[in-house]
Amino acid sequence: MNIPMDWIRALEGGALIGLSASLMLGLNGRVMGISGIVGGLLSPTAGDVAWRALFVAGIVGGGLIALATMPGAFSGGTASMGLVVLAGLLVGVGTRIGNGCTSGHGVCGISRFSPRSVAATLTFIGAGAVTVLLTGGGAS
Amino acid sequence: MTPRARAWAEGGVALLSGVIFALGLAVSGMTRAEKVVGFLNFFRGWDPSLMFVMGGAIAVHAVAWRLIKRRPSPLFSARFLVPTRRDLDARLLIGAAIFGVGWGLGGFCPGPGLASLVTGTPTALAFMVAMLVGSFGASKAEPAITRALQRT
Repeated sequence: MNIPMDWIRALEGGALIGLSASLMLGLNGRVMGISGIVGGLLSPTAGDVAWRALFVAGIVGGGLIALATMPGAFSGGTASMGLVVLAGLLVGVGTRIGNGCTSGHGVCGISRFSPRSVAATLTFIGAGAVTVLLTGGGAS
Repeated sequence: MTPRARAWAEGGVALLSGVIFALGLAVSGMTRAEKVVGFLNFFRGWDPSLMFVMGGAIAVHAVAWRLIKRRPSPLFSARFLVPTRRDLDARLLIGAAIFGVGWGLGGFCPGPGLASLVTGTPTALAFMVAMLVGSFGASKAEPAITRALQRT
């Protein structure tokens, strides 16, 4: 059987994501949800800023390593600037109202068999699929 | 462990976790917006590979969670801060739907959006600024949103 390389890379990268979530939960007792961690920096409370800022710094640092060592790892798609801004606004509003994004609900919540996270994940994948259908995958 | 040492350890774990997370995103293809859109494109030439990202992450984290939750507390902080609610409400689903529309339009969710800042492209920066504005705006509108959704 011929398994596409993309799938194997996806599994490997996914395992790394699972590892980082496990470190965060097992050692720091925190859910590794990006929207929540970043959102907490927007309304900072005492003693709750440093670890969030360091996590963000880690993502940027890891991103720089990827940029230097993995050609083609990043591409921004072909959506226009206006569409990207609208997308960002919707992602910001939606993750705040819905208490999470792909990492917090899709990885961490589902791993704990949280019904809320399962429902949220099915909903955002469904809404994303309908959006891509209606835009004709035009954003890609 | 002194509180000071704990705080350092907690920060170090957060930094390391961020680095590993970003590498995972890059290895898996999540930082390629058109690949994400291809995954959401169920009806034309679906690219299933991102399903394996979630599969790989959940496989590792679900096992880890079973081991972790046997412990009374995490190593570097007082207690586990994990959501315990299990009921579904309109707010959760409406929020997730709004997020999904944005995800489908741009091909970015928050993690890859943040990691993609390193490319220095105007779209990556614009996405992140807009996301922060949206998140901050929604947090300020929180009481109004809660009132509105309680009526549904």
